[in-house]
Amino acid sequence: MGMTITEKIIAAHAGAKEVRPGQFVYADVDICLGNDITAPIAIEEFEKIGLTKVFDPEKIVLVPDHFTPNKDIKSAQQSKSLRVFAEKHHLKHYFEIGRMGIEHALLPEKGIVAPGDLVIGADSHTCTYGALGAFSTGVGSTDLAACFATGKVWLKVPESIKFVFHGKVKNWTSGKDLILYTIGKIGVDGALYKAMEFAGSGISQLPMDDRFAICNMAIEAGAKSGIISPDKNTEDYIKGRVQKKWVIYQSDSDAHYTKTYEFNASEISPQVALPSLPENTKPVEEVAGIKIDQVVIGSCTNGRISDLRVAAQILKGKKVHPSIRLIIIPATQDIYKQAINEGLMNIFIDAEAVVSTPTCGPCLGGHMGILAEGERALSTTNRNFVGRMGHPKSEIYLCNPAVAAASAITGKITPPDEVVKK
Amino acid sequence: MKGKCWKFGNNVNTDEIIPARYLNTTNTKELAAHCMEDADPNFMKKIKAGDIIVAGDNFGCGSSREHAPIAIKFAGISCVIAKSFARIFFRNAINIGLPIFECPEAAEQIREGDAAEVSLSSGEILNLTSKKRFKFEPFPLEMQEIIQAGGLMNFVKKKMAV
Repeated sequence: MGMTITEKIIAAHAGAKEVRPGQFVYADVDICLGNDITAPIAIEEFEKIGLTKVFDPEKIVLVPDHFTPNKDIKSAQQSKSLRVFAEKHHLKHYFEIGRMGIEHALLPEKGIVAPGDLVIGADSHTCTYGALGAFSTGVGSTDLAACFATGKVWLKVPESIKFVFHGKVKNWTSGKDLILYTIGKIGVDGALYKAMEFAGSGISQLPMDDRFAICNMAIEAGAKSGIISPDKNTEDYIKGRVQKKWVIYQSDSDAHYTKTYEFNASEISPQVALPSLPENTKPVEEVAGIKIDQVVIGSCTNGRISDLRVAAQILKGKKVHPSIRLIIIPATQDIYKQAINEGLMNIFIDAEAVVSTPTCGPCLGGHMGILAEGERALSTTNRNFVGRMGHPKSEIYLCNPAVAAASAITGKITPPDEVVKK
Repeated sequence: MKGKCWKFGNNVNTDEIIPARYLNTTNTKELAAHCMEDADPNFMKKIKAGDIIVAGDNFGCGSSREHAPIAIKFAGISCVIAKSFARIFFRNAINIGLPIFECPEAAEQIREGDAAEVSLSSGEILNLTSKKRFKFEPFPLEMQEIIQAGGLMNFVKKKMAV
């Protein structure tokens, strides 16, 4: 029996010819990642047992992105602990304010992750890099500390589920909608402990930004990882970015999947996930008219340049509704600058949106857009849990950047066509 | 492990277990003070050391924050019994030494306020109130090694002979 792309990557990093689901391995890690919330605990744990040397200063990435620019004294202390650790261990990939970005947009952009890599990150959305054909999974701080020391991680080889999308996506439907639709079908634990493999013509035609959004939200279905086989789009993206050698793996034709889902991409409308789980999805047409208070366009899911472009396309020459606060957060410094160069920033500011420096900020209720009691946000982020963005009695609806921009203009959830036609 | 059981539903996420507004610290006492706050604001006032959390499917879903099992552990909760656990929460609990048990029958049948006792040696959860016994599957050997070492860092320390 053949192997899936996920099994092949894990086998290659466990020094095994082949691995099978359920097997327990200690795998070599190519890149491990922490941020200003998770790395402080990892650093404490690492130092607590008297360790003084990291396994490889070129393979550890620290990105202070959650509460940065530091929102309060305690957050400043946490960021400082990363800075001090990075300096002490001569880490190659520490990204200070001004050079940083939201980690899962930043690492691919800087060419730090390559196809075939095995990546762990003390952040649940580490699964994003599966879009590059890497095995990439979220872990906790202690896992990260152990990896700092050993360069290894303990893993149970996951079973794989295949999601095949046929056909071409509709206008205004994006990678975000395909993954929201999928989570709506299988539920927030529908892929628990599993690798989600996305394939089919509906995926191969998608640009990388959309693929990142898809793999980013694999965790919202409980998955260990999401992955897309590398193709020409992937190679075009990594050329000029990735400086190391990479290996392209593909699933064998006789690889085993516990289940295969087939969806028609051309029938999927832009999706909205209602409070308070990402599985509560509905086509935007069915929830149109729900009044909102705040719109956020950004995050590791949808803060990339193509997300900003589609938002600008809709906002051009229009004003944000008087009752709406529109917050736009380019995910990295490069994206920020590109948005300026392409004239997107003028469109946003003329529309009376606020544009923030890169930060995870409001997505996790950190800062830069916290909700008051009873307020409702429409957001391109990835989670709509109770109280996620602020007061426990606030609500979050999730959507793609086009729906977010259109709704910011009308003040209520709105299909993009309704605004663009006018 | 023996204590009073506090019941929660399905998909209890890490934002409910420890909201992000408290993640600007790694202090275990401070984190524990806000344990389960957005799922039950009175949780910390109600519980006693040794008490047990009993939950449905996918307990601990959402973010990778280890602050979640840390808050539960340092709140004095002796263990968590659930129908299933989200995977990052699961590995975090193993790595920091918070005892967790996947046992759908127990999670279903134990009621709020029941007293329960978990015996590792017999692989059983005993509902002291209803007198019902539930078997749970032991962890794979590789995970037991980590648990027996007292968590992942002690395991690493032993392996590396630091």
